Amino acid sequence: MVTSHTDAFVESARRVDAVVTPTTADEFAATLEDAVTEPAVGTPLPFEGASYDGTPVDGAPTGAALAEAATGVTAGAAAIADYGSVVLQETGAGEELLGLYPDRHVVVVAASDVVPDMPAAFEELGERFAEGPRDAILATGPSATADMGAVVKGVHGPRDVHVLLLEDR
Amino acid sequence: MSDSRRQKAARIRSLIETEGDAVFENTTTFNDGRYESVQKLDDYEELKSRARAIKEDAIADLPDLVEQVRETVEGNGGTVYLAEDEADAQRYIAEVVADRDADSVVKSKSMTSEEIEINEHLESKGVDVWETDLGEFVLQVADEAPSHIVAPAIHRSRENIAELFNAHFETDAPLETAEDLTEFAREYLAEQIKDADVGMTGANFVTADTGTIALVTSEGNARKSVATTDTHVAVAGVEKIVPSLGDLQPFVELIGRSGTGQDITAYVSLLTPPVGTPVPDFEDDETPLAEVDDDRDYHLVLIDNGRMAMRDDDDLRETLYCIRCSACANSCANFQHVGGHAFGGETYSGGIATGWEAGVHGEDSAAEFNDLCTGCSRCVNQCPVEIDIPWINTVVRDRINRGADPDSFDFLVEGLTPDAEPAGLDVQKRFFGNFETAAKLGSATAPLSNWMMEAGPVRSALERFVGVDGRRDLPTFERETFREWFADRGARVDPADATREVVLYPDVYTNYVSTARGKAAVRALESLDVHVTVPGVGESGRAPLSQGMVSTASEKASRVYGALAEHIDAGRDVVVVEPSDLAMFAREYERLLPEQSHERLAERSYEVMEYLYGLLENGGDPAALANGSEAVAYHSHCQQRTLGLEAHTVAVLERLGHDVVTSDVECCGMAGSFGYKQEYYDLSMDVGDELAAQFTTDGTRDRTVVASGTSCLEQLDSLLQRVPTHPVELVAPR
Ligand code: SF4
Repeated sequence: MVTSHTDAFVESARRVDAVVTPTTADEFAATLEDAVTEPAVGTPLPFEGASYDGTPVDGAPTGAALAEAATGVTAGAAAIADYGSVVLQETGAGEELLGLYPDRHVVVVAASDVVPDMPAAFEELGERFAEGPRDAILATGPSATADMGAVVKGVHGPRDVHVLLLEDR
Repeated sequence: MSDSRRQKAARIRSLIETEGDAVFENTTTFNDGRYESVQKLDDYEELKSRARAIKEDAIADLPDLVEQVRETVEGNGGTVYLAEDEADAQRYIAEVVADRDADSVVKSKSMTSEEIEINEHLESKGVDVWETDLGEFVLQVADEAPSHIVAPAIHRSRENIAELFNAHFETDAPLETAEDLTEFAREYLAEQIKDADVGMTGANFVTADTGTIALVTSEGNARKSVATTDTHVAVAGVEKIVPSLGDLQPFVELIGRSGTGQDITAYVSLLTPPVGTPVPDFEDDETPLAEVDDDRDYHLVLIDNGRMAMRDDDDLRETLYCIRCSACANSCANFQHVGGHAFGGETYSGGIATGWEAGVHGEDSAAEFNDLCTGCSRCVNQCPVEIDIPWINTVVRDRINRGADPDSFDFLVEGLTPDAEPAGLDVQKRFFGNFETAAKLGSATAPLSNWMMEAGPVRSALERFVGVDGRRDLPTFERETFREWFADRGARVDPADATREVVLYPDVYTNYVSTARGKAAVRALESLDVHVTVPGVGESGRAPLSQGMVSTASEKASRVYGALAEHIDAGRDVVVVEPSDLAMFAREYERLLPEQSHERLAERSYEVMEYLYGLLENGGDPAALANGSEAVAYHSHCQQRTLGLEAHTVAVLERLGHDVVTSDVECCGMAGSFGYKQEYYDLSMDVGDELAAQFTTDGTRDRTVVASGTSCLEQLDSLLQRVPTHPVELVAPR
């Protein structure tokens, strides 16, 4: 579902150095393949019609596979238009690890999960936390530091963040 | 100069030389970023007020919230320990680490963990502790303390860090760029994180309803430290608790903007430990992560260490609302020039550190740097929880004064100091706090007093015993005071013909030193048909208050109010030339007078250019004032800007035909008596140089310099070849 929030999200996510690619369930496999560098690992995607079938992504990775991975693919629970942030949620499958260790993080978000602003995001988080699981990250662009005398992207977390926006979900 | 003044001056000078440039570059980048970022928020003021209200309520309910957190966290499968003090926290954490059989702990950045000196303690037990935040890692390698509460290594440049790393790690090829350094630290620390058994974090917030901790970070090291180890220790001051998850929203929107000027930092982690992330085994190539069988352990260590006592302290309580964003440090001119190694105590640095250090480590730690807060108030509007940081500094200064040795040596200023302060008060503070008495005497005996003051023996005695720096020009007193001049001359607009009636407040400088600006104010007001009176009112209390002499300031406030109340009742407005005195009426009197008295006076008081602006807006004839087409460089005054009154001066000058550019430094560096003090002279000049630079560019070099505050005028006079004037002198008809 494409709304004005979706457009606003695309704009602000690009401002914070995330790469955003709009796609659809039909085109998903092809878009994903373009977005990952191999080896790639992923956690389950809760979007109908979007899966790792026909892609090089290992959908049930071990710790060793994670250590080798160049890309981690996870679902985003929501996205915040004002900030260009994605809401990452740990479900027990290791989303937190996949979004953190590999150099590239590919986040798949449904356009209908884009909320306009922070109050809306917290409303949504409140509902999610009431049902559990209760670990979430508001992630905005790649990890960064200015501690070494200039801004550097890619510190302990990913260097690149790609958001695949499922326009028909 | 006394030994301690000399030592302090030398230390400040050396920090300006070694760390000043890097600190300045970083803090001013954060500061500019903050102005830019908060401007994008439509509801900035409202967000701040909400954040403030949440903190006020949370601190009021703190004992209940602590119990609620305990229940929630235990329900989640974690443990809560309320540590009474540093030793108690150290002991508990060491036990957790020992129980886990851990020989290595990885940490993300946490000032509270620095407060309880947990690294040293664990290391003494043979445990390796690794700081994984890159800034903290630099400090760990260098064995240094943070110079900033958010960006701990801002006092080091890239070159400097490269030198440090190359010497310390004996890398194959020398590290050079920020990318090299980051890459090296990332790899090095990744190993430590993989090997560690315990992950230690702080918590920016703890929610009582869900037991969630919020961590505001950029690098991802806090996330990694938690996700990769199976035992999580979170250390948080008790004041970090807020009632609910939903309460986090205003803070999440404000904290990054207020700190480093980012709309939001890369990661805001909302973790409800023990977290649901599988503990990774990077060697395991059989078990999918989703099927890993693990057992995570979580300990939330809430630190009291004086905080509950701060909660009972009417003046220090506000400190507990602090979310440690660093805006008060970044917006502070003195901090921008020396950083936290001078402007800080045992753990905390910046303006609010006075409250934290006094509360958790005691007044001695606060006394080390408290004088560096000049009360300029630039931080006040920047604080996301609306803390009156200068007031906390003033109160603690008062307490330090009262704790001073009563036998110390102050014969010199006796008789000049009819104050309500304890014996033993620092002679320098007493001298500046009683400036009104000196000014009265100086004026009555001028010009003799002026010659005397400049005479060698007196200057050297002032320097030696009082600590008045010999490199500063002293104010020159006028024999005829402004009030005497006005009494002789009389009002020239009859009340019957007047549009408004005002009392022009004769502040000490206008009355005894810069009488010209008072006279100009009278002419300007009268040209717009205002009836002016200049009543006999004493000093506002600004001078003693700035020295921490609160009871003397209170007495003065009462007297000023007493003298002005009748005028206000008679329908007269109060017009003030000196911004620091107007700020007393508008801000500090709230603390010194009954609420109603403060409100009445504050509502009816105006800065002189603000008043002229209002008169012109209400149909006053600009042609009655002196019009011109000068190119003007205007430096407003710190406290005037905090009150939002810079724009009025600019508008009046422009309306009268002038072309105006303004400075954008936070403070001129003089800040009342600060720049006269021997131990701070160098710092005040270093701060002032920035203003001088702005007024000597190609576009400003030939402009007429105007400034609103007395101390700014004096500072500009010493910094520039041009003689600056007060704007009212530019607009008053001759
Ligand atoms: S006092 Fe206010 S501005 Fe200063 S660090 Fe605390 S919250 Fe930030």
